[in-house]
Amino acid sequence: MSILAYNGGAMVAMKGENCVSIATDRRFGIQAQTIATNFEKVFQMGPHLYVGLPGLATDTQTVMEKLRFRKNLYELKENRLMSPKVFAAMLSNLLYEKRFGPFFVEPVVAGLMPKTYEPYICNMDLIGCINPPNDFVVGGTASAQLYGMCEALWEPNLGPEDLFETTSQALINAFDRDAISGWGATVYIIEKDKVTIKNLKTRMD
Amino acid sequence: MSVLCPEIPTPGFSFENCKRNAVLETKGFALPKAVKTGTTIVGITYKDGVILGADTRATEDTTVADKNSEKIHYLAPNMYCCGAGTAADTEMTTQMISSQLELHKLYTNRVARVCTANQLLKQYLFRYQGYVGAALILGGVDVEGPHLYMIYPHGSSDKLPYGTMGSGSLAAIAVFESRWRPDLEEQEGVQLVRDAIAAGIFNDLGSGSNIDLCVIRKGSVDYKRTFDEANKKGVKQASYRYPRGATSVLSTRVVDIEEVAVQRIEPERMEIA
Repeated sequence: MSILAYNGGAMVAMKGENCVSIATDRRFGIQAQTIATNFEKVFQMGPHLYVGLPGLATDTQTVMEKLRFRKNLYELKENRLMSPKVFAAMLSNLLYEKRFGPFFVEPVVAGLMPKTYEPYICNMDLIGCINPPNDFVVGGTASAQLYGMCEALWEPNLGPEDLFETTSQALINAFDRDAISGWGATVYIIEKDKVTIKNLKTRMD
Repeated sequence: MSVLCPEIPTPGFSFENCKRNAVLETKGFALPKAVKTGTTIVGITYKDGVILGADTRATEDTTVADKNSEKIHYLAPNMYCCGAGTAADTEMTTQMISSQLELHKLYTNRVARVCTANQLLKQYLFRYQGYVGAALILGGVDVEGPHLYMIYPHGSSDKLPYGTMGSGSLAAIAVFESRWRPDLEEQEGVQLVRDAIAAGIFNDLGSGSNIDLCVIRKGSVDYKRTFDEANKKGVKQASYRYPRGATSVLSTRVVDIEEVAVQRIEPERMEIA
């Protein structure tokens, strides 16, 4: 078994029309044993910027703290917010520094660019190779199932309401076919003037 | 070390997780695989320059991780570099050498030569004994004319008139061996490179999606991103969209984001009367 599948977890981010979504499951387990169903894997890094860190839970939290530290220093030095693109580059460099002893996380970044409010999403492998497509990105142990769901459900120019349904259904139906992720889900819909955070009702087995 | 005098972080790679990761491996947790390009990349010289070509598939084991990955990397205004192997390694290595070349250009006030880039790349790769898994095709035009180099992950390099690399290299070299000749016209060259990449895309499972091209002449560059879409996806005939309200929601929280107004405060003059 891969160490990336020790705690389990599923994550997806999608682009919509002037909005982006990022969604995750809520399970924290040790292999097949579920420990908690309120585990946070998606973190706010700015008003329009969220990062998800599926993988080994200890590294999820370590990497999040390192990122928050570097992002705060940047914002104090530069006196402006960090854009998603810059944030992704920073995260990529942080992970690549550990090329020969990596953190076991496969990050997903979702946000809106400052001023233009243009949607931005990307994911990376565990050593920081950025992949910025213009439809959707996935991560975690249910990534194979998520690729299938997203390829079928995603379509261009979804509004915030439709994007929510598409993201939620893609995630729920993917992680129901993965034994070590699920147990609740949270969806973040990021728009210019507001962020909507919804907890979903899911199977709890 | 205090807050006032912070410790300067050491440059280069950090090995602080290595011991932990090695212990995890002994306990039977396999270390995950990184994204590979699993690529077909090619380069040829023609009458007045070089042409580089690449497919756009990136794979994570057997999963297609990226359907439109950019494998022709910018090095300098007169130089580009195709990368195969571990995707993060090709990306980061070319970024770093690109920055060194820019500094070299500013320091010497000359356009950087292709042989300089070749030397920088191979010395870097040799230092890491093949553990930085980047196989590169470096092409460019300088005062000496057009040059094409193949650089291998262990740090050796070849200077050749045409070459291919990556998992699709066998399919692509077959096309070159039958059709390449000295002093090709640009049109013929572009067609030859396109066909070589297409051979990789259709015969090698590690390569796929689109064809990227980059034509470098003396004083001009033509970067043709998605030169040819070798595989067109069938158009979706129906929508699988879920109706609104299909998902059952337990709780909703809405966070309003207020626009931060930037106010400029003019400094007041100090009263000195």
